[in-house]
Amino acid sequence: MELFRLNLAVPGLLVVMTLILGGCQNLTPHTDDSLYQQLGEREGIALVVEDLLYLIVDDGRINQQFKGIDVAQFHRNLTDQLCALSGGPCTYTGRGMRELHADMAITDTQFNALAENLILAMEQNDIPTGAQNRLIKQLLPLYPDIRNL
Amino acid sequence: MTARCLVALIVAGLVAPAAMADIGSRIWATGGVTTIEGSAGGGLVPWALLGSYASDEEWGGTLALSRVEVDDYSLSVFGAGLNWNNRIELSVAQQTLDLDSLVFTLKDGFGLEQDELRQNVFAAKLRLTGDALYSPWGQWSAGVQYKRLKDATVPSAIGARDDTGTDVYVSGSKLFFAAVMERNLLVNLTTRMTRANQGGLLGFGGDRNNGHQLMLEGSVGLFLNRKWLVGTEYRQKPDNLGFAAEDDWWDLFVAWVPDRRLAVTAALVNLGDIATLEDQQGLYLSLQGSF
Repeated sequence: MELFRLNLAVPGLLVVMTLILGGCQNLTPHTDDSLYQQLGEREGIALVVEDLLYLIVDDGRINQQFKGIDVAQFHRNLTDQLCALSGGPCTYTGRGMRELHADMAITDTQFNALAENLILAMEQNDIPTGAQNRLIKQLLPLYPDIRNL
Repeated sequence: MTARCLVALIVAGLVAPAAMADIGSRIWATGGVTTIEGSAGGGLVPWALLGSYASDEEWGGTLALSRVEVDDYSLSVFGAGLNWNNRIELSVAQQTLDLDSLVFTLKDGFGLEQDELRQNVFAAKLRLTGDALYSPWGQWSAGVQYKRLKDATVPSAIGARDDTGTDVYVSGSKLFFAAVMERNLLVNLTTRMTRANQGGLLGFGGDRNNGHQLMLEGSVGLFLNRKWLVGTEYRQKPDNLGFAAEDDWWDLFVAWVPDRRLAVTAALVNLGDIATLEDQQGLYLSLQGSF
């Protein structure tokens, strides 16, 4: 009886997990612009980035890192970047993420703070939970570049 | 008494946030909740995530009060944990199992008059590598739980060999963003070396087996949004005692994390047969405060 459970239940759980994960990886092809639409196109993304900037200024964990930036340029570049990442018709013209953050020694605390502020900014703009999750998923590959890992 | 103190502490933590230092920076609900053994995780299974919201430059802590009510038993747990830099978690838990119906079995069968079992768990968890949210390979941690029974009379009467024991485990956790219906999916796998009977409340080792055995534990949770997590857990268990068969545990849970300071977890638990009393099912409720 014990062996039966050992042999069936645990691999069963793994199989279920694998099916759930594997089956869902093909659901969102990168070519569609549904995420871009859900974010409210470039206009909606620009509003999110604006609110994000206000949150950053008020956040003692990270505002020092943004001191002295050209706010208009930062707003334009980040908006373009999120627009492009979400499948929109924009081109990011700023510098590479790794190059930009190379000398900033970004900690996990600071990365988390920015992620939190981005989520809050999206919530303030009534971006649906699913679209928030999809955008963050698109941003994940930038983590090692920003942390300089 | 201790329960009241803990509730008071948790409530004090909630109503007086201004008086306390800033809470940690990790994303909401990514500290897990407090397991019945004190380590951060779900209700029954420890996860690779460390408790509280401390990130790599922060301290954090948790206080938790949990109760499990199944057909013939009830378990109360007070847990407390500290997290340094999201690297090391230290925790303590005090478990009190009310024997309820088993009192009669013990009296008639063994001539023992005892109505509760108490156990303390001192635990440490080290984050080895990775971040559950940001690393493609997830987060990996190793942990140790030293368990000590307060009174060994009942466990030794039913065949347990020791009143202390140590569990060692390795755990992996990964949050998959937008994985199911655009919702984030948390997956945890834990392998544990243990010789604990019913988590240690019935002692360690026994007549059928006395050594450490490798057990697999897993859980899956889906974030409906950043405040609500629903999921299930499964915990394989050894079967060391000839006195009574021991079953695996599983549960279905829902956790509500309205704020980093508070987490409320409710679960339907199935603990199987425990010390001859069959098919123990019931409810689990846990209140956790973080600071």
